Amino acid sequence: MDINWHDLFIVGNPLILGSQIAILLSVIGIVALLTYLKRWKWLWREWLTTVDHKKIGIMYILAGVLMFFRGGVDGLMMKAQTSRPEMNFLDAQHYNEVFTTHGVIMILFAAMPLLIGIMNYVIPLQIGARDVAFPQLNALSFWLFFSGAMLFNISFVIGGSPDAGWAAYFPLAGKEFTPGIGNNYYAVAIQIAGIGTLISGINFIVTILKMRAKGMTLMKMPMFTWTSFIASVIIVSAFPIFTVALALMTLDRIFGTHFFTLSGGGMDMMWVNLFWLWGHPEVYIVVLPAFGMFSEVIATFSRKMLFGYKSMVFSVVGIALLSMLVWVHHFFTMGAGPAVNSVFSITTMMIAIPTGVKMFNWLFTMRKGRIEFSTAMLWALAFIPCFLIGGITGVMLAMSAADYQYHNTLFLVAHFHYTLIPGVVFAVFAGLYYWWPKMFGHMLNEKLGKIHFWLFTIGFNVTFMPMFFLGLDGAVRRSYTYSAESGFAPLFLVSAIGAVILALGFATFCYNIYWSARYADRNISNDPWNARTLEWATASPAPFYNFAKVPEVKTLDAFWYMKKHNEGLTLSDDEIKEIHMPSNSGLPFYMGIIFGITGFLLVFEWKLAALVAAVGIIIGLIIRSFDYNDGFHVTVDEIKETEKSWRSSDGKGVKNHVG
Amino acid sequence: MSANVNTALPLEYQTEQNRLNILGFWVFLGAEIILFGTLFAVYSVLNARFAGGPTPKDLFEIKDVMIETILLLTSSFTCGLAIYEMRRNNKNGLLLWLIITLLLGAGFVFMEVNEFIHYVHEGATMQTSAWLSSFFTLLGTHGLHVSMGIGWATMVIIQIFQRGLTPVTARKTFIIGLYWHFLDVVWIFIFTFVYLQGMVR
Repeated sequence: MDINWHDLFIVGNPLILGSQIAILLSVIGIVALLTYLKRWKWLWREWLTTVDHKKIGIMYILAGVLMFFRGGVDGLMMKAQTSRPEMNFLDAQHYNEVFTTHGVIMILFAAMPLLIGIMNYVIPLQIGARDVAFPQLNALSFWLFFSGAMLFNISFVIGGSPDAGWAAYFPLAGKEFTPGIGNNYYAVAIQIAGIGTLISGINFIVTILKMRAKGMTLMKMPMFTWTSFIASVIIVSAFPIFTVALALMTLDRIFGTHFFTLSGGGMDMMWVNLFWLWGHPEVYIVVLPAFGMFSEVIATFSRKMLFGYKSMVFSVVGIALLSMLVWVHHFFTMGAGPAVNSVFSITTMMIAIPTGVKMFNWLFTMRKGRIEFSTAMLWALAFIPCFLIGGITGVMLAMSAADYQYHNTLFLVAHFHYTLIPGVVFAVFAGLYYWWPKMFGHMLNEKLGKIHFWLFTIGFNVTFMPMFFLGLDGAVRRSYTYSAESGFAPLFLVSAIGAVILALGFATFCYNIYWSARYADRNISNDPWNARTLEWATASPAPFYNFAKVPEVKTLDAFWYMKKHNEGLTLSDDEIKEIHMPSNSGLPFYMGIIFGITGFLLVFEWKLAALVAAVGIIIGLIIRSFDYNDGFHVTVDEIKETEKSWRSSDGKGVKNHVG
Repeated sequence: MSANVNTALPLEYQTEQNRLNILGFWVFLGAEIILFGTLFAVYSVLNARFAGGPTPKDLFEIKDVMIETILLLTSSFTCGLAIYEMRRNNKNGLLLWLIITLLLGAGFVFMEVNEFIHYVHEGATMQTSAWLSSFFTLLGTHGLHVSMGIGWATMVIIQIFQRGLTPVTARKTFIIGLYWHFLDVVWIFIFTFVYLQGMVR
């Protein structure tokens, strides 16, 4: 309760003041625009209360793109500060805050929602389902994620940002050394978003296990479904560890317990272990669905079946198992001793084996294929060499004795950016260019897409390649400045220039979204890429019931088989039956808000008020328990009408298989 | 989500949505195992770090712990009887055993809260030492789960009164049964690794 009211709003820094004004103006702008266009009811009915996996997916993607922007601005600020020696753009405290929020936001609030968003949109369509297993829980997942993300994002204007790094190591992150409330935001906001992610994981496991179309056995599932399934299994096995770790952090910081403190018998290294017991699997949670996207894109644009499907599946499962056994490699310097470090060195290097299998499978898929250089395919092609650099430097870091040299340098920072940017960001771009027509009924402009691609990949390499050499020369990470005598200046400047090119690439992407939404051709078929999997068998954008008649699956690449054998592509009127769909609900949105309020009060350590707000959560649960709404039926006539609108155009003027 | 009713199966498994919910709950229990597993791991790291404060031998009173254990284990048995009566389509039997289960559960929570109050009066709080922090967190998480379970089952009982035994109420009862047995298993681990181990060290 010892919060001073005049500390509530962070004042005195021109950068933050600018952001406060910008936030205020955008909120006023959005409210005014919605009122002017009379879109409030539409917003509530179509989006805020929706339980449709496709709309939830789009909201996830939108939130992810916004958060990518925020995290990107943080990155640019760091690059500006280190562009010259002894710069005075950010002070040390501000720099600490910026690299902390950059890390948390990019991993948890940008990469995760972008991937879960695409999973949400695509997976039910790929397996021939009408929705996920628990549509309302799916909406709850989204609103909890969104609530956590917003709570985390307001920290820099209200109360102060967390500043102990994205891994928030104790004892630094404890009350003793970080007395403000900034780190409470870390503990509480991520917790709320994490509950949402855990629920998503459960939802996808059940959806994929139980709701596949007739005939789609596990080994006939598309690769993206497979990798997302395994990622969901990792979510369910790893996120509860983080739930506990964050809860203990909250107890330490707000309730004075001694889990990770130096006094009272606590053990600070236990935090590091718990964090990375979740943190390393988390890397694979984000990278596995991305691998799946590359698999789909490469198979489609090579016009070939994915090479080595079975070995792909086994390597994904292998990666998942190994991902749980490597966490100590994040802190070889803890001093666990040569025996422990050797074990974790070996398990870490073993991960290179299944990953290598996947690399060769992608290369062999392309071999003798008729490769089409669409923007989506370009991302997949650039991914392979870039990710390889990330992977091989990873094996270098895995040697625990050598790691004592690399530890805490920019070499490591360059390494994980070389895995996460090609491995996740390239994949998300590939996936968005590839599935955009399915989501919105128009393509993203390919020409702008290629500009985006070249700016982004060149910018990425120019930014992060110098950091390997800076790191080898001894430049440490998380240091807000360096001296001119260090000789780091030229490479830091190159890196900063690269970051600007990278940002221009992202700006091109945003412009592409705008341009394509306004001007792109709407007259495309349901299958513009001549693709292979079931999501392309229905209209673009997919109707809210997904499939009028769920196709029967006979082989892998089911839609390709249907096209080649001309089976199941048409729909006669007597095949149409009523479809049962779930009703919208405002409850998930309410839960997001009440969780956000409770979290906010807890951040400020107003415990009693937080407890009162938590009663609101219980009330939400009780309302849900008594909710017997059983959904509604879509009439045959409505389905006929919708299906006719995209099937009967007899191909006139429709752009089929654009490329 | 479609009807897809199969009346050959037990009531709680008859509709497709019910089957999805039950599988989903099993997966959730998997996540709960990881959650409690982590708490046990934390406890095992901190269980000898008393920081000059009280030790298990100073605090634990085995008689009270035995009563708690018997209450909770019996409630698991009566919960099994409740599901058995549900399978026999005996609504009143189900309600009777379910209410007895909850009363035993409430008795357990009452005893545990008293135990905690007693410790706090002896000067053993969450803030005293790392061991006590992990002790109260592990047991508190379990106790909170039991309390949530009591509240949740009460909602289900009201719904059975309102609607009788339907596939939906049967599924809800079945799922809370799974939850209840799970908490019982967790308690067995707590009894072994917290109380027994604490007394024999």
